[in-house]
Amino acid sequence: MDKIKEIISFLKEYDGEPVTLMEVCGTHTASIVENGIESMLSDKIRLITGPGCPVCVTVASYIDKLCELSLKPNTCVCSFGDMIRVKGSKISLDDAKAQGGRILMVYSPLDLINVAKEDPHTTFVFAAVGFETTTPLYAVLLEEIIKQDIKNIKLLCALKTMPMVIDKVLSAENNITGMIAPGHVSVITGSDVFAPFAEKFGIPFVVAGFEGEQLLAAIWALVKLNGKGVVKNLYTEAVTKERNEKSYALTSKYFEPCPAAWRGLGVIENSGVRLKDEYAFFDAGSDGLYEDFMPKGCSCAEVITGLKRPEECPLFGKVCTPSSPVGACMVSHEGSCFNYYNNKG
Amino acid sequence: MKITLAHGSGGQSTKELIEKIFAASYKNDVLDMMEDSAVVNGSAKIAITTDSFVVNPLFFKGGNIGKLAVCGTVNDLLMRGATPKYLTSAFIIEEGADVNELKLIAAAMASAAREAGVIIVAGDTKVIEGNGGIYINTSGVGFIEGEDFASSKCEEDDVIIVSGSMGDHHAAILSHRMGIKNDISSDVAPLCDIVANLKKAGIKVHAMRDVTRGGLGTVLNELADASGKCFNIEENAIPVSSQVKSFVKLLGLNIMHMGNEGKLVCTVAKEDAEKALAIIKSGKYGENAAIIGKVTEGSGVVMETALGGKKKVGILIGEGLPRIC
Repeated sequence: MDKIKEIISFLKEYDGEPVTLMEVCGTHTASIVENGIESMLSDKIRLITGPGCPVCVTVASYIDKLCELSLKPNTCVCSFGDMIRVKGSKISLDDAKAQGGRILMVYSPLDLINVAKEDPHTTFVFAAVGFETTTPLYAVLLEEIIKQDIKNIKLLCALKTMPMVIDKVLSAENNITGMIAPGHVSVITGSDVFAPFAEKFGIPFVVAGFEGEQLLAAIWALVKLNGKGVVKNLYTEAVTKERNEKSYALTSKYFEPCPAAWRGLGVIENSGVRLKDEYAFFDAGSDGLYEDFMPKGCSCAEVITGLKRPEECPLFGKVCTPSSPVGACMVSHEGSCFNYYNNKG
Repeated sequence: MKITLAHGSGGQSTKELIEKIFAASYKNDVLDMMEDSAVVNGSAKIAITTDSFVVNPLFFKGGNIGKLAVCGTVNDLLMRGATPKYLTSAFIIEEGADVNELKLIAAAMASAAREAGVIIVAGDTKVIEGNGGIYINTSGVGFIEGEDFASSKCEEDDVIIVSGSMGDHHAAILSHRMGIKNDISSDVAPLCDIVANLKKAGIKVHAMRDVTRGGLGTVLNELADASGKCFNIEENAIPVSSQVKSFVKLLGLNIMHMGNEGKLVCTVAKEDAEKALAIIKSGKYGENAAIIGKVTEGSGVVMETALGGKKKVGILIGEGLPRIC
């Protein structure tokens, strides 16, 4: 308790070198704004958000493909809730539904098994998005549908991996002096995965949990380690140095690394995973969905890469609000703009 | 026995259904006359409200759609400072609904009405094609003596009080839908006792709202907008039961946007705050009441977080959990 008080007063009174810290995890974004953490920091500490929300980094052509599939006969597109309201180049899945498309919101990919069994004449396409943390779930789904010989479930994959996009973001002109490493992703990858980047860019990485106190401690550690290319793990109850081998074995049975398209960042080599060729039967046409489309005036790309804060976007809070979102960052509950709009004045 | 379209025909089956279930449960002199409309005594100033109830599931821990339909409308009348007097009850029933369930729902309505001191003076029953669903509309009339409460009447320095723990109804319904086993029970209840005691003691209540759909965050924003003031609250002061707290954490929900059906928030003059809190705490359903903040010049809702940070509290965006009432 005394330590946290000490950290709080240190961060409020900090008057050293200015620092810019980025987090790349939607749950961190949400916790930072929910705990009002920015109001507790000195002006010398600036927080920015990175590409940590799976919905926000999805490109328009992927959403267009989902909409197209939903309008095909005997096809139903299944998705987590947030994806449904994000617009592609023209329409969102919500709009496709109004045009007669079949869309089903689910809480877990595994919910699909019973749905697909009850309606064998429909092909259920799951909008498989997510990072290292979510991919094992799709592997479990594949295990199960192969075991049960279910033929009418397919995946449209836009699965991403974190390391190479961090490299890309740190190469941009955003003056980042430290990274709050993603908590959930690190559970799978291990904290060592960030070591090459800490060394290459000469900045500290701190792996953090999700409680307000844990984030304050991570910010404190990053300020203290300013200028040092090291990785520190403050989330030791869940994260080890090494990767989770069991999870890797499961995902690499079905998936292999591939280039991936990121909203606002373009195609990044080795930053995603695709279904291996021997499981191509379960793919609903994921390859080559690289085209992006940004609505006029939307700064999602700059927000995701830390070049702009949400309130620096000209549309923020004016034409772009959670009830009428223009960009993906305002739709998703993990999006920077959604969280800033809801929790900041 | 199941409800069929014949029960909505207006003929013999309808008559039997009404007599055996609704009239038998609600029994009172006005309703028993079975006229086309109810004729009742009035008051110089009355409050009128109406609400439709479509909750899924119909039965949940702590209550059912019938109890909800009475409490929801009674509480809406109370929140303007009215004493609830009369209710109407209209059922839209899908064929296939279970008659025994209907009986339980009507009995719960009668029992909640008795507790709230209201009589159900008129009703309607329709049966439609469907799959066993039951929907209820209740309208209510209450008498206002003295000053009414209104959202626009909040004043600077007013103290903000909630009558108990937040999120219980929402968490109970969600637990039921997700098949999660716990002891969380809906807080659905008529808040007559609390409101009557505050009025009797002459507490200067300026505004009062029941914290239903949209949760405390949404209601406080509406109060702030209507009064043109800023609502300052402390996260640590907001009562939440330990079970609901864990539930919310586990599912990543926001307690500020979770609905209740038996809790109110009010703003009272600063000098009456402690007395008002004591009165609410000693009233029925108010034992966990707490002062959560105060009203100042400005706009919106600002929360001091448990960690000591400050943040804006927004209204619920999107649909939240559909069909909780």
